[in-house]
Amino acid sequence: MQTTRKTFRENMKVLEKDMMCAGEMVNVAIDRSVEALRDLDIEKAGKVVKDDLFINKKRWEIEEQCIHLFATQQPVATDLRELIAVLSINTDLERMGDHAEGIAKIAIMHGNKPLIKPLVDIPRMAEKATDMLTRSLEAFINRDAESAKAICDEDDEVDKLYEQVYRELLSFMTENPTIITRATYLLWAAHNLERIADRVTNICERIVFLVTGTMEEINVSNY
Amino acid sequence: MQEVSLTTENTFFNLPPRTSKDLITKHMNNIIIKDLSLSYGDKQVLKKINQEIEERKITAIIGPSGCGKSTLLRCINRMNDLIPDAKITGQIIFDKMDIYDSNTDVTETRRKIGMVFQRPNPFPKTIYDNVAYGLRINGLKDKTKISELVERSLEDCGLLKEVKDRLHTSAMELSGGQQQRLCIARALAIEPKVILMDEPCSALDPASTFKIEELMVKLKNRYTVIIVTHNMQQAARVSDTTGFLYLGKLIEYGNTKKLFTKPKEKLTEDYISGNFG
Repeated sequence: MQTTRKTFRENMKVLEKDMMCAGEMVNVAIDRSVEALRDLDIEKAGKVVKDDLFINKKRWEIEEQCIHLFATQQPVATDLRELIAVLSINTDLERMGDHAEGIAKIAIMHGNKPLIKPLVDIPRMAEKATDMLTRSLEAFINRDAESAKAICDEDDEVDKLYEQVYRELLSFMTENPTIITRATYLLWAAHNLERIADRVTNICERIVFLVTGTMEEINVSNY
Repeated sequence: MQEVSLTTENTFFNLPPRTSKDLITKHMNNIIIKDLSLSYGDKQVLKKINQEIEERKITAIIGPSGCGKSTLLRCINRMNDLIPDAKITGQIIFDKMDIYDSNTDVTETRRKIGMVFQRPNPFPKTIYDNVAYGLRINGLKDKTKISELVERSLEDCGLLKEVKDRLHTSAMELSGGQQQRLCIARALAIEPKVILMDEPCSALDPASTFKIEELMVKLKNRYTVIIVTHNMQQAARVSDTTGFLYLGKLIEYGNTKKLFTKPKEKLTEDYISGNFG
């Protein structure tokens, strides 16, 4: 049977491509922000802050495309859920970009003072969160609800790393109150990463909604 | 000359700008409607319409029943000339000529500006003869050439695959959607520049409607398409430009995406939101 609504399908493909592109921009921003903090690279941190404007711009571009498709194509059923999912994921991506920007700003605030310890778990959190983000967007493209659910469960690993960072920093602060400010900066950075992984679970919930039509909370974060 | 665009992501990733091979061409075959008014006896149906219809785009005309949509469409290939008490003033410029100029050859104008009607109206002939009809009355005698053009027109309408084994059976045996596509193929065979469609899907089911809509999108690469529809969702789906007509006046005319997301006129907003009509 000849496929109808070719125009809508083509527009959706462009939209998905743009969303994948926004996801890649966010992944790059997260990587760069954590590198900037790890290496205390103020210049790199400044670039992440500046580049967040492009992520915001991309968000508006995607949202505008969604609005035009709602207004002109009147999607229903799966088409409607697809468009709602893109709109929701788009908002999550923009917020993740803001969290990356937040980490970059922390690096700038930290300045040239030495780190209280070499960063180990924070880069691990970033690595895990970006991997989850990449795979969640692939699950969206493949309409793979099972993978989406599995990725949601992986948020526990990021939570555990966050808890580890929290306890470790708390012990540092108890031992030496002069480093409280710098330790708090690291705690904020870890919290931003924890929130990024939570946002990935939102994306996964939208994928499940897209495939099954059910709105459900899959993994409730401890934080 | 290549058009260059710097996208958001190209800037973010520090990539070279994208280039597009699409050349900006000056559209020479736009249809320019100037101060067009039409009355049937004492009743004025169109009131000083001014609009420029872009070449190789789909332009939709929407509006409530009786607003003058079909009348405006029929003016574009002088179909209203056949109505005895119709009085038309103003101009419609197409192909550098006013189609209402006394020197204009009406037959030639209608050859360049084809029309598809609300209900499919195939001739009681074979599928092949329906499409070949226009070619023959335009004096084409070369059978090979006729066959070639018939096949190409049917192919362009996505109908060839469905009917290639029964080209010489009656067109009346086709489904409604197929008959409408056949009528479009018949219009395309004589290679017009513009296709006018007067509510072409109102007698069709949703699947046939979507097929015709996709066909319109495909056709705009080669033809200017003007569609009149009371189904504003259809106008939103297929058209590039939309005009909203109300009581014979063109209230708003512009980019379809803008008109359906942020209309300039309150009257347009009320109509597309279903507050009246």
